[in-house]
Amino acid sequence: MNADFFLVNRPLWAVLISLLAAGLILFNDRRPNLREGITVLAAVGKFAIIFSMLPQVLAGQVIETAPLTLAPGITLHLQADTFGLLFALLSSFLWILTSIYNFGYMRALKYGHETGYYASFAVCLSATIGIAFAANLLTFFLFYEILTIATYPLVIHSRTEEAIYGGRKYLAYTLTAGQFLLVAVIWSQVLAPGAEFQPGGFLAGKGSVLALQILFFLFVLGLGVKAAIMPLHDWLPTAMVAPTPVSALLHAVAVVKAGAFGFLRLSGYVFGPQLVREIGAGQVLAVVAGITIIVASLRALGEDNLKRRLAYSTIGQLSYVVLGAALATPMALLGGMFHIVAHAFMKITLFFCAGAIYVTTHKQNISEMKGIGRQMPATLAAFTLGAIAIVGTPFMVGFISKWNLGLGALQANEGIYIAVLIVSALLTTGYFFPIVFNAYFGSNKAGTPIREASPALLYPLLITGVIALVLGVFPNFGWDFYQLALAAVKSIFTAGMGMAAGG
Amino acid sequence: MTAHLPALIPVAPLVIALLTPILARLSVTLVRITALTALLISLASSAGALQHALVEGTWHYHFGGWAPPWGIEYVIDPLAGIIAVLVSFFCLLVLVYAAPYLAGKPAQEKGYFYTLYLLLAAGLLGMVVTGDVFNLYVFLEISSLAAYALIASGGSRATVAAYRYLLIGTAAASLYLLGIGYLYALTGSLNMADLAVLLPPLAATNAVALAVALITIGLGIKMALFPLHGWLPDAYSSAPAPVAGILAAVMAKVSAYAIYRILYFVFKTAAPVQVALDIAGWMAAAGILYGSIMAIAQRDLWRMLAYSSVAQMAYIILGLALGNIMGLYGALLQILSHAFTKGCLFLVAGSISHQTGIRDIPRLARLSRRMPWTLAAFVVAAMSMVGLPPTVGFFSKWYLMLGAVEAGAWVFVAVLVASSLLTAVYFFRVLEYAYLKEDQGQVEGQTREVKAAGGWELAPAMLVPVLILGLGILTLGIFSDQIISGYIHFALPWRMP
Repeated sequence: MNADFFLVNRPLWAVLISLLAAGLILFNDRRPNLREGITVLAAVGKFAIIFSMLPQVLAGQVIETAPLTLAPGITLHLQADTFGLLFALLSSFLWILTSIYNFGYMRALKYGHETGYYASFAVCLSATIGIAFAANLLTFFLFYEILTIATYPLVIHSRTEEAIYGGRKYLAYTLTAGQFLLVAVIWSQVLAPGAEFQPGGFLAGKGSVLALQILFFLFVLGLGVKAAIMPLHDWLPTAMVAPTPVSALLHAVAVVKAGAFGFLRLSGYVFGPQLVREIGAGQVLAVVAGITIIVASLRALGEDNLKRRLAYSTIGQLSYVVLGAALATPMALLGGMFHIVAHAFMKITLFFCAGAIYVTTHKQNISEMKGIGRQMPATLAAFTLGAIAIVGTPFMVGFISKWNLGLGALQANEGIYIAVLIVSALLTTGYFFPIVFNAYFGSNKAGTPIREASPALLYPLLITGVIALVLGVFPNFGWDFYQLALAAVKSIFTAGMGMAAGG
Repeated sequence: MTAHLPALIPVAPLVIALLTPILARLSVTLVRITALTALLISLASSAGALQHALVEGTWHYHFGGWAPPWGIEYVIDPLAGIIAVLVSFFCLLVLVYAAPYLAGKPAQEKGYFYTLYLLLAAGLLGMVVTGDVFNLYVFLEISSLAAYALIASGGSRATVAAYRYLLIGTAAASLYLLGIGYLYALTGSLNMADLAVLLPPLAATNAVALAVALITIGLGIKMALFPLHGWLPDAYSSAPAPVAGILAAVMAKVSAYAIYRILYFVFKTAAPVQVALDIAGWMAAAGILYGSIMAIAQRDLWRMLAYSSVAQMAYIILGLALGNIMGLYGALLQILSHAFTKGCLFLVAGSISHQTGIRDIPRLARLSRRMPWTLAAFVVAAMSMVGLPPTVGFFSKWYLMLGAVEAGAWVFVAVLVASSLLTAVYFFRVLEYAYLKEDQGQVEGQTREVKAAGGWELAPAMLVPVLILGLGILTLGIFSDQIISGYIHFALPWRMP
């Protein structure tokens, strides 16, 4: 066992560390402090492992683990490439904050039986990192399904009728999608044995146009549920019965982004941008994404429950990423990739705020939140930051991704999507502005003594809120997210050029 | 001793089975020890023979020194070795499991149970190792008769089920016998290897076609291939817990093995075989859907599992019908996978019924709190049934689908997808009751009888086999490639590079 062995297999350790933590958590059922200590340690350890790979990956290296054969010709193969590292860095960093937030939230609400909750959470993060680092379709699929199963106990955590119904709906959608994804993965495997992700795609010329169109459609069904494109989105608002940390990390970052991430992998690394446009699949998917963006924003306007409004907002925002994958031009892919990061910081801030408000005041409906900004000024300040960012105001993180998406639409000669982006921005303002306005200026008959959320809730949301601001000005702050996305897009298109020149 | 390993596999339990009625008069403990020893010998001999077959090639053992085609030949090729290890492993495991079930029964009844159980094991193992089609019939009858009697020991409802199974099973065995009768009339041989040489020139005759049809139908009944499955739900759901476990885990598999052995190794590529496989493939596809839908409609946990078996056994035939490498990988892995998975599920169902008397799914409410480990094994097995990674069920489905896509059999792909979802529905219903629903059983005035198990949620002799199978499902899944490339690959009917 030399040092090389540890260094080369870092993607594997990053997956395993939280799996190990899940096991330890299960054995420490009666010791809540130890249990939660393990969670934080695993979260920090995971982030450290992933962060340590950043310099090498930025220097153009791909860190690959020793493959473990799963089936003849297919290996459990993990690799940290630029795009995978972007998603892994993001999820593992936000897991640290979410773990801290979790303690404040779960202890305040006293659900009981939290051991399974923390263990499932850890398994979810393992699966997410597995998805990020998967080097071939089978590995991707394995972790994708594990994520589906591990999320279920979190959705039904409160054990109420509503939660059980939400869980059932969640499983019905995601398991069905998993089957379509499985067929798509197997078909790809038959067309191109091994089915390793390759910048620029590996399916070009491997099948007739019709076969590839059907294959793409199967992939869309499989990935579209987690990415919540309409009409496959309905599980997401229902799943909001889960405790808020779950909604924040999993239903705004890990699970749904696994779907969105899958779309970008599909477009950039499986079909390749050129093929996606050639077979006309990208154009159709772009229309679906565009409709989802508008309709979800309209639905968000009508929701009074804050978390449900955020859920519809998430559905709309996820389709920005899908739109990027569908347009498949360099700028569009860049915008899509960076929007995974941008939306994560913005939406997790908003969900953290919703949870903090709920824990502190037990209010879930927007109509009850008049004047709450005077009561919880710091929380609402973070909320306002998140809301402004998500609208796409310049110098906020949301602007960068939308700007790139807009340019990408022009590159694809589909300027109509700029209109979609603008309408969506207006609608987003429409559903966030009243919340913020009422929170500060709404009249509240009861007195409004300042009563902020507890520190474990407050600090994480302040940190994510501030990062949403900082990343808007310095998109490479801390993690070089923009650099990673840029390098990923470059690799996709240089590979494509090389193939075009070679062919 | 080692020169006779193939013979020991079925003979060890057979001899002890015959001694058991005498030993039972002395001491039941002695019977138990000898029975366990006999099965342990079978397992060790199977493992040794399998190793030999893998390293030095197929082992031809001439029973009593008589050379084939006159004498009976036992043939341990990697295929027979794998199935023999599987069958003897399960026979041993379930016998361990049976102890708490038998506790409290009269000594005489225990003696009968051990005798019949060992006869069943001997019959199944004999079917696996024999290289003679008539000898296979004899062992088929031995195992079937023992099975009828074992099922009938489950009470009055079981007697009816056993009688029905006896009628259908006897018809099945007769069809098989008629089939090999035609073969004997045509070729004058009963030895499998000999037949494989003699048959090709005759492949186009109607008599061979008839023999293929009769043998396939006969064995199809024994493995409960839809629509020949009628005996199965009653037989499985009324048998005593250990018996249901062994029937579901390996008995039907051995008939599936016999179909594979005869169609692919004896008849080989004869034209009627392709027709038979095509028809069997469509029957299997229909059976997968029928079994899954019927399973959803069941209220009794055991019947649900029984219908689920109808569907899952058909996966094996589906793989055989596909006939490409991936399809056969899938079929053979499914034999292992379903043995572990359904074995685990029936043992869990049996344990729940043994411990609390519950068989109805709605009465499982909140059972997860009282039997957490047992239910955890159930969850793993349910995931394997649905085909979720990283369980072995995922990998058998993976190969089957890969085979179906390669063959362009899109209907079969759709059937596999639909079946996974239907399976998810009926297992999810059980898990939702067991984990989430509040207990409403007391309302109807049915209080649960709870047996003490010495501070354990379940007697250790029951719990340990259940947990071994639960872990086995995960282990086989993670090491499925090693199993495919190290063992199953050599069990294909033709040698590949």
